[in-house]
Amino acid sequence: MKKALQLLAVSALAGSLVLTGCGSKPAAEPNNAKKAGGTLIYGRGGDSVKLDPHNVTDGESFRVTENIYDTLVDFEKDSTKVIPGLATEWQTSADGKTWTFKLRQGVKFHDGTDFNAKAVVYNFERMWDKNHPQHKGDFEYFHDMFGGFKGEGSVIEGIKAVDDYTVEFKLSRPLAPFLANLAMSTFAIISPAALEKYGEKIAQNPVGTGPFKFKEWKPNDSITLEKNDQYWQKGLPKLDKIVFKVIPDNTARLTALKSGEIDVMDGLNPSDVKQVEADSKLQVLLRPSMNVGYLAMNNTKKPFDNPKVRQAISMAINKKGLIDSFYAGLAQPAVNPMPPSVWGYNKDIKDYEYNPEKAKQLLAEAGYPNGFETDFWAMPVARPYMPQPQKIAEAIQADLAKIGIKTKIVSFEWATYLKKTKNGEHPMALLGWTGDNGDPDNFLYVLLDKDTANPPAAQNISLYKSDKVHELLTKAQVTSDQAQRTKLYEEAQKIIHEDAPMVPLVHSRPALAAAKSVKGYVPHPKGSESLVDVSIEK
Amino acid sequence: MLSYTGRRLLQLIPVLIGMSVIVFSIIRAIPGDPALTILGERATPEAVQELRLQLGLDKPLITQYATYVGHVVTGDLGVSLRTKKPISEELVPYLTATIELTVVSILIAVVVGVNAGIIAAWKKASWFDYIAMLVALIGVSMPIFWLGLMEQWVFAEKLGWLPSTGRINPREPIEAITGFYLLDTILQGNWQGFWDVFQHLILPGIALGTIPMAIIARMTRSSMLEVMKSDYVRTARAKGLSEFWVVYKHALKNAFAPVMTVIGLQTGTLLGGAVLTETIFGWPGIGRYIYDAISFRDYPVIQSGILVVSALFVLINLVVDLLYAWLDPRIQYK
Repeated sequence: MKKALQLLAVSALAGSLVLTGCGSKPAAEPNNAKKAGGTLIYGRGGDSVKLDPHNVTDGESFRVTENIYDTLVDFEKDSTKVIPGLATEWQTSADGKTWTFKLRQGVKFHDGTDFNAKAVVYNFERMWDKNHPQHKGDFEYFHDMFGGFKGEGSVIEGIKAVDDYTVEFKLSRPLAPFLANLAMSTFAIISPAALEKYGEKIAQNPVGTGPFKFKEWKPNDSITLEKNDQYWQKGLPKLDKIVFKVIPDNTARLTALKSGEIDVMDGLNPSDVKQVEADSKLQVLLRPSMNVGYLAMNNTKKPFDNPKVRQAISMAINKKGLIDSFYAGLAQPAVNPMPPSVWGYNKDIKDYEYNPEKAKQLLAEAGYPNGFETDFWAMPVARPYMPQPQKIAEAIQADLAKIGIKTKIVSFEWATYLKKTKNGEHPMALLGWTGDNGDPDNFLYVLLDKDTANPPAAQNISLYKSDKVHELLTKAQVTSDQAQRTKLYEEAQKIIHEDAPMVPLVHSRPALAAAKSVKGYVPHPKGSESLVDVSIEK
Repeated sequence: MLSYTGRRLLQLIPVLIGMSVIVFSIIRAIPGDPALTILGERATPEAVQELRLQLGLDKPLITQYATYVGHVVTGDLGVSLRTKKPISEELVPYLTATIELTVVSILIAVVVGVNAGIIAAWKKASWFDYIAMLVALIGVSMPIFWLGLMEQWVFAEKLGWLPSTGRINPREPIEAITGFYLLDTILQGNWQGFWDVFQHLILPGIALGTIPMAIIARMTRSSMLEVMKSDYVRTARAKGLSEFWVVYKHALKNAFAPVMTVIGLQTGTLLGGAVLTETIFGWPGIGRYIYDAISFRDYPVIQSGILVVSALFVLINLVVDLLYAWLDPRIQYK
């Protein structure tokens, strides 16, 4: 008998709690920043993997590490031009094999230790030398950008501290993108003392020289950073605190922005841009494009080994139609495999015109007057360069059907998809690429050189192997003069255009949204940026 | 009661063994070398070899299983491939987040559902009965994600009454002690924080609790109607007890046992619905943890996550069965 009574009492109590919760009007989120600088809440779709920049490749990790760490050299705020960072000036030897950097003095890590040449050497040896006590991890970017680790084909032959504030890199051969590489977020400088203290746990306890200090990480929920009062750039940062908050659902994230729970959101759906523009309290921020979404054709498989077939497909796809339907206009048709925002882009190349009739003719010349049947792979997840891959695949399917090519759309779970395409199992597949360092090499060499066309780890999933292109691209890699390199890349783009190993579809402009009160936010083409001079002004 | 509890606990053993076998096979059932599957094709041969030794893949399957169970029993759930942190450590904040949300949801579901069911049965064929049952019908068939988005649209975006995402207001963070934020804020005497946490629980709690609420309401109603017809209720009425006491004290006691079963089953089901709710409301719970692990092929996390969730499910069922027996002593003798 008592039990029922207890039950009733508990029910009544809880019931009244629920009722009061719904009935009274709680102030939803106090949006009024209490301090001068204020807290910026950044809503994003996923959590960081690790806050050890040397050991990650994902954008969500860099978005945070860029605020905690500095790099030797940096990119300009809105372009991929290289500017001083922790290094104030640099020199290359005549043969292009020795790079000397003068370092900024008086900079301290968040743990109070000094930043100097020894720290730089420590960091690079950690990545370069497999025998370094702190070399625990994949160091994937280091491996890819510098050709391997110590004694395993690395371009880097030695790193040494000439004096307290001078560092020298010795290379085995000239590497043109060297400086641009160093500006990548992954080559950030970590406090050696912290590395020794935390070991692999540095990934959860980051210590750098950057504008913000790490405070707290609640996995899959939020990462909190606090202002570094000792930052070497006077008067910066402007904010007191940044909270990176994970809200996976795009719609829910926009709701949170509208209700003032967050101040900035990443990953605005193109279809929501108009709605945000119409809201007087919000602003749309467009990121300059540094990506390409493309249709890869497996050049080693029939009938795609025939350039005429590939050209026919290039003519059959209505890129403008795709952009109107799926990108809400936030993209431009791609002509080359690299975006115009990257230097070295060949403006003289005219895209294949959209012309199904001519495409049919070409197919007939290639020996397929009635077209053919093939599988067409579409990725299962949206990417910045491909917001609705399945729908885009259907649109392309319809375009190809017009010239007699019957396609069956196939998809796999994302990791499997990547694995199988790297293994060259596909006939035709959708994919894309976002640039790392703003260098043409990072697009053309990665996506279309014969060196990268080797299954099971092909990044050039068109498996395009042209000796002429290879010669141009590798020559450009060892040339330090930018004007000369530009010529080599322009030439390579010409050949690629004629061979049509893939169909470059679009360069998309990812959109962000922010409250109007957020000032000074400049989205960087590389996909994430430091919030050092962002402020909140009411 | 004691012997029943003992028997019930013994019955858990085969269930737990079956569970562990299934979870153990998750990695081994995939064709190819498990170590290579886990690490991916970029892995160095040394790393693969190391993991192979760590997983004991060179030993017979039965030894591997014994080692696995040994680890699990001692609380060693392996290491996440993605973050390289021990899973048993990493799991805790996710688990507490999910449990807090689940408890609130089931509380909402039970309180509202049971009372609506009782009143509907008591005032049978009244307007309340019709409306309650209509709402329950809609509730059962409501997709969680749709309800969640609607709640956000109305209560967060349009009315601005409640926050739409997360567990707390990130501008005014709360220090975690137990990880159950309602409890933590009480322990700290942080009443504003408590209110904040409570507000964050309302929308996801309702979204997750709606289906069980509807089912519980319907179950309570029919169970109550059954009991209200019985002789002893008529006797209670004849004794001159007020209708309120007849319903809430006498009838409810006997009507509650079947409702209890439904509550138990629904609590288990909540764990499944939590994935969607957690995604929409940016709730850092175990559902999201496992979901993310699947997208990153973090096999040890998938394995251990499933193990923990199923263990939780089994545990809830055990508690329900024991409560059931406590409410209705006849059960034990069956």
